[in-house]
Amino acid sequence: MIALLLRDLKLAFRAGGGFGLGLAFFLIVTVMVPFAVGPQSSLLSTIAPGVLWLGALLACLLSLDRLLALDWEDGSLDLLATAPLPLESVVTIKALAHWLTTGLPLVLAAPFLGVLLNLPVPGFFWLVMSLLIGTPAMSVIGTFGAALTVGLKRGGLLLSLLVLPLYVPTLIFGAEVARRGATAMEVQTPLLMLAGITAATIALLPFASAAVLRINLR
Amino acid sequence: MIPDLGKYADSVLSSYAVSVGLLVVLVAYSVIRGRKMRRDMEKIEQRMSRNG
Amino acid sequence: MSIAAKANALWEYANPRKFLATSERVLPFFWITSLACICVGLIWGFFFTPDDYKQGSTVKIIYLHVPAALMAINCWLMMLVTSLVWLVRRHHVSALAARAAAPIGIVMTMIALLTGAIWGQPMWGTWWAWDPRLTSFLILFLFYLGYVALWEAIEDPDTAADLTSVLCLVGSVFAILSRYAVNFWNQGLHQGASVMRAAAVTGADTEEKVSNVFFYPLLICIIGFVLLFIALVLYRTGTEIRARRIKALMARERVGG
Repeated sequence: MIALLLRDLKLAFRAGGGFGLGLAFFLIVTVMVPFAVGPQSSLLSTIAPGVLWLGALLACLLSLDRLLALDWEDGSLDLLATAPLPLESVVTIKALAHWLTTGLPLVLAAPFLGVLLNLPVPGFFWLVMSLLIGTPAMSVIGTFGAALTVGLKRGGLLLSLLVLPLYVPTLIFGAEVARRGATAMEVQTPLLMLAGITAATIALLPFASAAVLRINLR
Repeated sequence: MIPDLGKYADSVLSSYAVSVGLLVVLVAYSVIRGRKMRRDMEKIEQRMSRNG
Repeated sequence: MSIAAKANALWEYANPRKFLATSERVLPFFWITSLACICVGLIWGFFFTPDDYKQGSTVKIIYLHVPAALMAINCWLMMLVTSLVWLVRRHHVSALAARAAAPIGIVMTMIALLTGAIWGQPMWGTWWAWDPRLTSFLILFLFYLGYVALWEAIEDPDTAADLTSVLCLVGSVFAILSRYAVNFWNQGLHQGASVMRAAAVTGADTEEKVSNVFFYPLLICIIGFVLLFIALVLYRTGTEIRARRIKALMARERVGG
């Protein structure tokens, strides 16, 4: 299992892997926002939590179609399916690798981009916390979407269409935590809901992803 | 015969038009596709029975 | 007939030929009754009901808005059930029925959203508000789109049926989650939401507020929409069965010929 994780990480860091792409996208989106809505710092600090969450979500979405596509093309996915390791674990490892290469960098980059958007000081902690809790769910849900569309030639757009509605609860609760944190309101309820969604998706969705992947490999 | 709809006539009429229009399009599309499939299947089944 | 025997009799319709024959027999009944109910309900509602004291004549939109919204949700439920039946018992008719129902759901959701927007414009002063109910329907619409797009994208019919069924199951869970999330989110946004809800005469609020004058034509319209939905699903499922058979025959022809 660890060997598979290391292999995925190595592939991601190599040229042609997805590493850095999501991060660059996140940076660009955040930098572009003030050009679009105007430079008033009060306005920017109001929308900062939402913009950062949306940017992270889109950056995550951008890297999803590489999640399984490379393994599908060179046939290593067939090997993994016949390996003694259950496909559920393979899928979970894939999601973990995706989170380590995409989600975690986004979480770490978010505070710096928050400075650019004039995020209020109490918001930083909750922004990072909400992203830290929310991004694993995005990776797991994304893996499900990638498994659904893995065999398709032009799966990219379809993948976004399928995955975006599934992201709605995570986005709502995550951005709510960040927003409430920024205005120093009580964050417990949305935080618990966010954590609950993440825990449930990590626990249950790999089974669906593995089932879907088996169907696609048939 | 048309009842007095007052100042909201546009809203009411347009929503009826939109809904009935959409339903008609849905039914028409279903029926056209259904007829086509029925025709195609008969054609193919005839061809198959002649050949086989 | 015992219950078990009845249940067995129900499964016989999983045979495509039997399904086609039976649906052919009952379809005219559903077409005619649905048309009659919708015509009677709409004409009764449009011509012979008084205006609401607060909403004026816009209350007549209810005869389209509420049935369409109901069917938009019930259609998804029906797809959920048929998807489960396909996954458990592998009856092709079941999977094809789910496929046949999805576009109907899209149209129903569109009607609900559009009439809602047209209704909301004079009542709330806006075409669109991020009211929890509206937002949930928009999300439902996206789910329908994704579901149909997945069906269209996959070549092999069995793979497509399997994948869309799993998507339908997972999507249902997330749709319910979204419903609660959206409720929470709007209340979190502005406390005035309850005022809006009182103004929004939709769904459950209606039956309490609206007197029998509006209720009976509405009921007839709802029955009409249900019958229309059944008729469309039966007809479109027949079409899908034929489309599938054509595909299979053509494949055999290519191999044999």
